[in-house]
Amino acid sequence: MIQFKAVLVRVIKEIIRDKRTLALMLLAPILILTLMNLVFNSNTDTKLKLGVTTSVPHKIIQSLPNSKVSIHHYQNSHNHTQKIQAANLDAFVTRNKNKLEITYENEDPTKSAQVKSLFANALLASNIKELSATLKEMPLQPSTKRTSLNFKIKNSYLYGNSNSTFFDKIFPVLIGFFVFFFVFLISGIALIRERTSGTLDRLLATPIRRSQLVFGYLAGYGLFAILQTLLIVLFAIYILQVEIVGNLFLVLLTNILVALVALVIGLFVSTFANSEFQMMQFIPIIVVPQVFFSGIIPLDTMAHWVKFISYLLPLSYAGDALTDVMIKGQGLNAIAKDWLILLVFLVIFTFLNIVGLKRYRKV
Amino acid sequence: MTDFNYTIASINHASKSFGQKKVLSDITLNIKQGQIIGLIGPSGSGKTTTIKCLLGMEKLDTGSAAIFGEKMPNRQILEKIGYMGQTDALYETLTALENLTFFGNLMGITGAELTAAINKNISLVNLTDSLHQIVAAFSGGMKRRLSLAIALLANPDLIILDEPTVGIDPSLRLDIWTQLRALATIQKAIIVTTHVMDEAEKCDLVGLIINGKIFALGTPNELKKKFNATSIEEVFLKAEVSSK
Ligand SMILES: Nc1ncnc2c1ncn2[C@@H]1O[C@H](COP(=O)(O)OP(=O)(O)OP(=O)(O)O)[C@@H](O)[C@H]1O
Ligand SMILES: [Mg+2]
Repeated sequence: MIQFKAVLVRVIKEIIRDKRTLALMLLAPILILTLMNLVFNSNTDTKLKLGVTTSVPHKIIQSLPNSKVSIHHYQNSHNHTQKIQAANLDAFVTRNKNKLEITYENEDPTKSAQVKSLFANALLASNIKELSATLKEMPLQPSTKRTSLNFKIKNSYLYGNSNSTFFDKIFPVLIGFFVFFFVFLISGIALIRERTSGTLDRLLATPIRRSQLVFGYLAGYGLFAILQTLLIVLFAIYILQVEIVGNLFLVLLTNILVALVALVIGLFVSTFANSEFQMMQFIPIIVVPQVFFSGIIPLDTMAHWVKFISYLLPLSYAGDALTDVMIKGQGLNAIAKDWLILLVFLVIFTFLNIVGLKRYRKV
Repeated sequence: MTDFNYTIASINHASKSFGQKKVLSDITLNIKQGQIIGLIGPSGSGKTTTIKCLLGMEKLDTGSAAIFGEKMPNRQILEKIGYMGQTDALYETLTALENLTFFGNLMGITGAELTAAINKNISLVNLTDSLHQIVAAFSGGMKRRLSLAIALLANPDLIILDEPTVGIDPSLRLDIWTQLRALATIQKAIIVTTHVMDEAEKCDLVGLIINGKIFALGTPNELKKKFNATSIEEVFLKAEVSSK
């Protein structure tokens, strides 16, 4: 027990002394989240710029929502490519007989998609108006006269609300990812340093148990991971105003679990690296793929074997659990399975680490 | 001098290879209570490896090692061994005191006992004034001395020092050897490797390791007689030539 406490105290002291690493662990995720929040949320405020020729029916243009588009009028469609470029338009619309011809700038395909759907809606709306006009002229059915025509869409959302952005969707996954990434990197590098400086050998020339060393590391870095998680989550809720529907406590516990898994995987992987730089080389192999499988990209449509990969990656369970709690507001029942699997990861890799230290001392 | 009665550590017919390379072949050594044994030999001859095999940090291919009658590797036995590696294994971001406390705790000592041990050993290596300094700011010799203090901290019965006096100035070196001799007279067993031949003269037994074999083993006088030399330095040079 003395030995465990000694390792714990030492790890904490070392982290506190290393101001840069501490800052990286605590401030970097906050900085990145803030930037991502800005990037993904500002997108929705800009208006789409449309160039429209006089031949386009007035009705349709009026049906476009004013808040989302700004209209530039043109006499004709001559050199419309240059017109798009000159005025930096997102799309140029002209009419050819009973066809609307739309040319998209398509630098940003999401904008093209938005224009497309706006026009689809506008056409629908003007069709309904025409329909209502015809209906008005039909005296045979006076009862339907007023009521049937004021079609309006009322939107309801199962999760989130009309203000939900892409950022809201990926935020739970992002939290899990940051916790995983920084803890993975820092704990792995710490053990490499311990090895290259010879302190690991020295340490194992004392009667410390291998498990005491691993648990000491786990507790020390776990503590900072908890701090990091608290900071990220509270920052997100109170400064970035991200809504967390479910229980905050479950969010924190899930992330602590993620941190511990990252810790043991980091420690384990570091045994295959001989330097800090080699540790960095594991990032594209171990950390980055997890991002793709953690819920940012929908997995439902993927081939079966691709899905299978995600079952092997701890971050996919973390992403799943965090999404369940933060967006869907689900409780312990929904995420118990994810927790259980994360725990299995934790136990397996802890065990591997304890056994792996046999490389440096046989008992 | 002292009565060499009780064998504290022994390594028997030990052989060890790293990959294809044979590093130790048939090493046999016995270290008794109250004895200082010096291991000398050319760089890369296998001194450090011998020590690590004895401690159980490396696995022997054949042969065996035992300390206090227990077969090594054995974790509990490590409690009674003070070890100082060839490289300074210190936590650079921590102070000298924090390093001492950490390793003291690992050896199982705490509280007042630890404080007393720290004070005693830090003054032995002349670092009392630097106790609260961060190790990163230490000179090479200071780090070496701190490592030595750490090795002696738990008042071990077997002290294993891998080149303890590298980078330490002559007068402090003399002090350290006086202290080692004092420890030997209170029945501690000490193993030292060194490249300094007049340190070897101060040992009770000198083992000359060349190419992973014990080339010669005996008291300094025995070795000098055997090689017809006036100093251990001469012994070393003659042995190196005749081994080729
Ligand atoms: N971990 C290792 N892997 C491979 N070879 C090793 C390893 N450790 C030591 N060796 C080799 O074993 C041989 C003996 O090394 P050792 O460190 O025991 O020498 P030494 O006598 O202590 O030398 P020095 O006086 O320079 O400290 C060397 O040739 C070295 O290259
Ligand atoms: Mg050596």
